[in-house]
Parts: sequence; structure tokens; C-alpha cells
Amino acid sequence: MALVQIDNVSKIYQTGEMQVKALQDVTLSIDEASFVTFVGPSGSGKTTMLNLIGCLDKPTKGKVFVDKKQVDAFDRRQRAAFRGSALGFIFQAFNLFPVLTTYENVEYPLVMIKNESASERNGMVSKVLESVGMLNQKDKFPDQLSGGQKQRVAVARALVTQPKLVLADEPTANLDKKSAVNVIRLMRSMRDEFRTTFIFSTHDPGVMEEAEVVHTLEDGRLVRKK
Amino acid sequence: MIRIFKIALRNLMRYKRRTLLTSLLITLGLLMVILFSGLAGSFREMMIGQITDSNLAQMQIHKKGYVSSMDTSPLNLTINQKGYKTLEKMLTENPDVEAYAPRIKLGAMLSNFTETTNVRLNAIDPDKEIKVCPDVSERMKFSGSEVPDILLRPGEIIIPEKLAAGLKIKIGGSVVLVANNKDGSVNGLNFTVVGIIESILGPQGKEGYMHIKDAQSLLRMEKPEVIEIALRIKKFDKLGDVYTDLVSALAEFKNKKGKPGFEIHTWEKLSPFSNIAKMIDIMTVSMKIIMIAIVLISILNVMMMSVYERVREIGTMSAIGTAPGRIMGLFLAEGLSLGLISTLAGNIIGILGIYILNIYKIRYSFGRMDNLLLSPTISFSELVWVSATVLLVSIFATLQPAYKASRMEPVDALGHV
Repeated sequence: MALVQIDNVSKIYQTGEMQVKALQDVTLSIDEASFVTFVGPSGSGKTTMLNLIGCLDKPTKGKVFVDKKQVDAFDRRQRAAFRGSALGFIFQAFNLFPVLTTYENVEYPLVMIKNESASERNGMVSKVLESVGMLNQKDKFPDQLSGGQKQRVAVARALVTQPKLVLADEPTANLDKKSAVNVIRLMRSMRDEFRTTFIFSTHDPGVMEEAEVVHTLEDGRLVRKK
Repeated sequence: MIRIFKIALRNLMRYKRRTLLTSLLITLGLLMVILFSGLAGSFREMMIGQITDSNLAQMQIHKKGYVSSMDTSPLNLTINQKGYKTLEKMLTENPDVEAYAPRIKLGAMLSNFTETTNVRLNAIDPDKEIKVCPDVSERMKFSGSEVPDILLRPGEIIIPEKLAAGLKIKIGGSVVLVANNKDGSVNGLNFTVVGIIESILGPQGKEGYMHIKDAQSLLRMEKPEVIEIALRIKKFDKLGDVYTDLVSALAEFKNKKGKPGFEIHTWEKLSPFSNIAKMIDIMTVSMKIIMIAIVLISILNVMMMSVYERVREIGTMSAIGTAPGRIMGLFLAEGLSLGLISTLAGNIIGILGIYILNIYKIRYSFGRMDNLLLSPTISFSELVWVSATVLLVSIFATLQPAYKASRMEPVDALGHV
């Protein structure tokens, strides 16, 4: 079975009396250790797709399986626990905690979610910070880092719990072209190093080229797979 | 846990001015309560001490019905010798009673042989009285600067300052006391003035002291009788419990009609100051309620703002798998830390304030008592109580915002603008 299996999934948002069909009857699967991107214009359903795979939202119809578990059937607490144990997230606006240093931001999931011991935490954080090339910046706060550096820290935070799957919603949207390509290449090298599946969404054709599998969404429908 | 508090403190420091202002407000509230409790409490304790230790005693036993007609100083409601012996036995056997003293209260006419005026007198057994009211001599002036070993001997009288001035009587002078006994017959005796007493809280400052044996002679009591028995207990803070015990013990003594023969009252029932003491207590409680409101509103406001400003951050925490309970804990730690910092500051400044007030020695007058020294103090238990209240209210005020944060759906919170 694939790492991610989407079966006939639809997602409809109710806005007042208006219904917005964000996803319509989408079926797809994503293999383990793959490097996948969702592309498409704004409102095509990319973020909704990532939210469903990331257990942040539930489909109106259909089933979502991640790591052989039917995550759409999880309750609130189970979804939180699953996100903490099996998933990593990278956000468009980096979403680092401003009161924590680089090191503490990366350490956060191990303290607040995994309850790892101090010595284990130190080893894991140092290793992943070294992998993303940010170990020398470990005592800096987010407002002392550039956009590209912040996203590297975000990648490290997503990887530190050794998740099976990392989801990134437009991770390069707030970066210049060079930094964007660097971050995507970093993500790809992390996939190679840790065998972690990466799924991200993007508008950027330059970033798209770095993906191994490209799913194109239009009006909530999956129109192409490359 | 330490990490949660570390993050909470850093989050508080993110908004330095807001945290400082809120903390200052709570600190001021706490300071206000500590200083008020210290000042009002010491005033209350001092006045109660003055009343119970120099004049009234902590409790009094009378024949049933005496207190309701106390203003007329009735001489027919006396405790006879047999009754006194019975009560004496009961009080001696009670382990909580430290001392007791018999008294006769009477009204008389006092004359310096040219002028006459009325006077109220406490007839006491000096040896016993000093044990019940150890400060009885504190406001008395004698011929020498020292208080004599025996306060009063038979044939001696201590008269109120106002009467001494009005009748131009000096220590060592002679006076005549004329009094009616309970049957209406009149008797008079000569006395030597051995002391002058400053007014305490007696009616119009006309309350003097004489020996109980003289009062029994003056009132032509064939057998020794007393009007009241004043009591002092070992632990004043157990007054209520001892009073209840004594009420039960006294209930067993019935008169010929089978009804209770004696009554007992604490100082609170006998002195009008108890109403002032109650008002002080009410004002102290009011100050505490104001402080609780300050803490509640300010922390609730700060924490609600904190949650609204950090919706995306909460969404991030939740998205990466932080359990709702942990998110709630993080915000509770913030509220508690704010309360804790303010409590520490309030306690330190409050104790310092009380220390400074003690250095500058505040003196005041109350009624006809002048030059009373106020020594504000606050007990450790009071500090603990006030601090615990602030901390509990801090947690309570944070509960709603913290719960709201923990219930946020990550998908909505992340999309918050």
C-alpha cells in the first residue's frame, strides 16, 4: 500500500448559503520516500489537499489513508497525536516561534510532543541542524535570520521527529528565486538522507521542476499527473 | 514543566509594556491589601488589647439578666457567696481559663466635702484583677513614678482624671463616697485618693476603682456578694471555643425556677468597639474583593489579548501535534507566571512598606485616648492567604482564554489573518 491513499475524496466548504467545492472526487496515491508536488492556480484545492493529508481537516466525502491508517476517521485528539508522531509541517510564512532560538524551535516538537530526554534531544537537534546547515546559527532568534534561513530551520523542525511524511504548503512563496530553489533542493536532499516523503504545493515553475511527481489540480479536480 | 514556564515567561516578555503595566496593577492591589490589613489589623488588635487587658477583660460572667440592665448598675442581680464558690470551682477546673477576678460595679456620689458629683466605680480584688487585666495600671498615675506593688488597699480609691480636675482633688486627698444599697438605705465611707486614672472608654470618663471589700461594706452586704466575674483565657484566639464550653458548663447551673442562673458574654457583646472591629473586618474583606477583581480583570484581559494576537502561532503548535492540554498548560503557565511575579513584587513592597511605617511610628488618638502607637504588622498566614488568592485568581482568569486556545482548529487558526 502507498504511504498516502486518497479515495474518491470531496471537500465542500459552506460559506453562508454558498457552497464552495474545494475538492471533487479526487483519487490518488503517493509512494513512500517520494518527492511530490501539487500545482495549480489559486483556489484549485492544493492547500485543501495538504490539509486533508496532514489531518488538519476532514473530507466531506471519501477516505484518506496515511501510513495505512484511515485518518479521516480520527477524532481531534487522535489527529493531534498522529500529526505529532508521523507528520512534519513546513509553512509558507515559516511559522517559527518568535520567543525561541533556532535550537529551541527545532527542539520544540521533541519537548512538547515526544517528551524525549535532554541528551537524546540534543543529539537529534544537532544532527538535523547540521544537515540543514544551521548549526552555527542555533542561538539566534527568528528575527535575526533571513527568509531562507528561517525556512531551513522550519525544515529542520519538520524533520527532527523523524516523520514518515513532511507536508509543505507553498514553502518557497516568501523567498527569492535563489533561496526558493535552495530550500527545495535542501528538502530533496533531506528526503535522500532520511527517506522521508515530501509533499508540497507551489506556483513556481522553477520549483516544480525539482519535484519527481507533479499533480495538477484545477477547480478541485485532479487533471494531470506527471 | 520548567520548559513550559520558560516559554511562558518569554511570551510575557514579548509585550514588555503590557506585562509591566498589568503586573504593576496587581502589585498595587496586593500592596493596598497588605498595608490596609497591616494598619487596620494592628489598630483592631491594639484597641481590643486596650479594652480587654486594661478594663473590660476578655469575658464576664453575671447573674442572668444583668447585662440587659447594665446601664442602671442594678445591685439586686448579684452573685451570692455560694454561687461565687460554685463558679470559682468551675473556672479553676477549666484548663483554658488563665485567671478570673470578682468585681462589683456601682454608682455613688463622690464628695470632696465642698462639692459633690456622681461616679461609677469598679470594685476589684487587686491581686486577681491584675491577672485578668494586666494593663489595668497602665493609664493610672500614682504619687511616685512607679506602680505600687498593691494597686489598692481597703480605704483607698483611684478616681477618674476628669473628676479629680473638676473637684480639684489631688493624690493623697480625702473624699467621701455615698451610695444606696439594693434595699435603698444610704451609707457613706471616707477614702484616700491613691491614684488618678486617665479615661479609657468609660461613660463620660467617670469610672474609678475601689477595693471590693470596701464596696461590700459601703453597700452593706451581710455576706460577700459580687456583680461580675471577669475572665482571662490562655489563648485569645480560642475565645469562641472557650466561650462555647463555658456556656454549656453554665447552663447546668439553674436558679430556683429551673432556669439558667448565670450568663456569660465575650468582650464583643460588652463593648461598642466590637461594631468598629466588625466594620474594620468588612473593610478588609472589601479591599480583598477589590484586589481579586483587579487581578481577575487584568489577567483575563491580558490573556485574552494574548490568545487573539497569537492565533496563527496556536495553529502552528496544534498543527505540529501539540496536544490541546499542552497548549492550555502553556497559557495557564503564562497567567500563573504573571500572577506569581506580581505576588512576589507585592509581598516584597508590602513588607517593606510595613517596615517603613514601623520606623516612622504612627501615633493617633481614639476617643479620649491619646498618643496611641500604631504598630502595623501582617502575619505570615495572612500573606500566604492573600498570595494564594492572587495565584488562584490568576489561574481562574486564564482558564477561559487558555481553553479557547486549546480548542482552536489548526486549519482555521493557520488561516487567521
